[in-house]
Amino acid sequence: MTPALEVEQMHKRYGALRVLAGIDLKIEPGEFFALLGPNGAGKTTLINIMAGLTRATSGRARVMGYDVVSHYREARRMLGVVPQELVFDPFFTVRETLVIQSGYYGLKNNGAWIEEIIHHLDLSDKADTNMRALSGGMKRRVLVAQALVHKPPVIVLDEPTAGVDVELRQGLWRFIKQLNREGHTIVLTTHYLEEAEALCSRVAMMKQGNVVALDSVRNLISSVSGCSVRLRLSPDTLPPALQSLMSSREEGCYILTLAEYSQIEQVMAALRKAALQVLEMQVLQPDLEEVFIRIMGTHKIRQPGTLPI
Amino acid sequence: MTGFLTLLYKELLRFWKVGFQTVFAPMVSTLLYLLIFSHVLEEHVQAYPGVAYTVFLVPGLVMMAMLQNAFANSSSSLIQSKITGNLIFILLSPLSYREIFFAYVTASVVRGLAVGLGVYLVTLVFFDVPLSSFLWVLMFALMGSALLGAIGVIAGIWAEKFDQLAAFQNFVILPLTFLSGVFYTIPSLPPFWQGLSHLNPFFYMIDGFRYGFFHASDISPYFSLGIVAACFVAVSWLTLQMLKRGYKIRH
Ligand SMILES: Nc1ncnc2c1ncn2[C@@H]1O[C@H](COP(=O)(O)OP(=O)(O)O)[C@@H](O)[C@H]1O
Ligand SMILES: [Mg+2]
Repeated sequence: MTPALEVEQMHKRYGALRVLAGIDLKIEPGEFFALLGPNGAGKTTLINIMAGLTRATSGRARVMGYDVVSHYREARRMLGVVPQELVFDPFFTVRETLVIQSGYYGLKNNGAWIEEIIHHLDLSDKADTNMRALSGGMKRRVLVAQALVHKPPVIVLDEPTAGVDVELRQGLWRFIKQLNREGHTIVLTTHYLEEAEALCSRVAMMKQGNVVALDSVRNLISSVSGCSVRLRLSPDTLPPALQSLMSSREEGCYILTLAEYSQIEQVMAALRKAALQVLEMQVLQPDLEEVFIRIMGTHKIRQPGTLPI
Repeated sequence: MTGFLTLLYKELLRFWKVGFQTVFAPMVSTLLYLLIFSHVLEEHVQAYPGVAYTVFLVPGLVMMAMLQNAFANSSSSLIQSKITGNLIFILLSPLSYREIFFAYVTASVVRGLAVGLGVYLVTLVFFDVPLSSFLWVLMFALMGSALLGAIGVIAGIWAEKFDQLAAFQNFVILPLTFLSGVFYTIPSLPPFWQGLSHLNPFFYMIDGFRYGFFHASDISPYFSLGIVAACFVAVSWLTLQMLKRGYKIRH
């Protein structure tokens, strides 16, 4: 099957600054995919190259099999991008903005779909309001609507929930999940890792222009062995034997980090021996955030010329 | 075709929504020029025999208004879109660089013609301006506005800040229009300035345009039209190259 998005040996430099250092990535149709990484990792640059907003220094990118340079018209029809920056055209109303955007894609009589998007994104009340008069969250919704106006099979959202309230976030994801169920491929970037964990099947983690991890959320999480244990004790003292496991104290609880689940037995034995009463005990599974922190902390950036991961 | 027409429609809607600034205000300022210059110079200047100076002035001022507004339309639309960032809505779409070019230039022509026609109609109320050949008038109006629309695209793409665009306007467009013979005929100038004027493409636009009204000109209108057309082709080629490469707009 033709991948929804395919990037091969993508390099991008701005003068001496190396922003993308040979990215290889393949995203299959129907995936819900997250591109994660700290600020400046190169996520937006990669998206912009796929969208034709930025030119690669070398490498290729294809959307639904269409090269973004040599077949840019087809590639752009296949792609809807919600940009990171909150941009808008102050001359027009919400509906005008959407009708015009739809026209750029050569679509006539697209009114029914435009009304549907307006409805789904809760923009009905504001449809005839000038863009200038909208709040930030509303402008963000219009950007989402603009990206969907030509029903692209591949939808890329670059930090769509940055600075957006919880209600809108939930509404937005409900709609995007529905689109994903209907077969659209979704790629998103976000700094909310719990969001990526809840929504996405696969993630790529980027650091300084490299993909440093690429796997399903489940595999990434299970790659982090062990767990954490949260304990509230009476009296409130940790036996000396357990001191070395303690990683932090939180609100009167001790957090212990265990390399393996089997260590729980040792912990229990030590507590019994010290005759401490356990008031509260929680075993915490590692989450995507923990994986992210470990990968970003430990990963050494490979030098140019070495093999990709 | 729909994509091109939509961009054209958007560009027209953009200036029409602020028509007071983009059409009405330039009409007023052009009419003020006419009032002041004709009042000051009426007695002293005789451009063509049998043509009152004020009447002589009308076509030149109409053309000047058209050129300046055609330039202003594409250049200010582009720089605003670049600075506010909404140019990406066009860049993300499958519109080709040719469609983008022709949409901006056509919108500039429409604005130029709207302002020019407005000024001309108002002057007709006060003065008896002859119209010897509508075809010549139309040809020069279209070519002149299209050329300035294309130059406006270049300026809008090149400029990164509003001051840079203002500099382009003040140091390139304005001198070229003022030194093009809007207010005088070239043979009335000293030889050095005559020679210099002949290097100014704006001179041919004004001169040819005026021919359409008075059936008199410094230069053959065919020659002038050829010069203007050649400039349009050259500038368009350059603009298309810039757009194709994404110069300053696709990083
Ligand atoms: N137009 C540009 N000129 C120079 N440097 C740029 C440009 N665009 C982005 N960069 C640099 O590229 C790096 C990656 O940026 P970006 O792709 O926006 O990262 P992310 O989206 O992961 O936060 C940053 O260091 C940024 O400063
Ligand atoms: Mg970014």
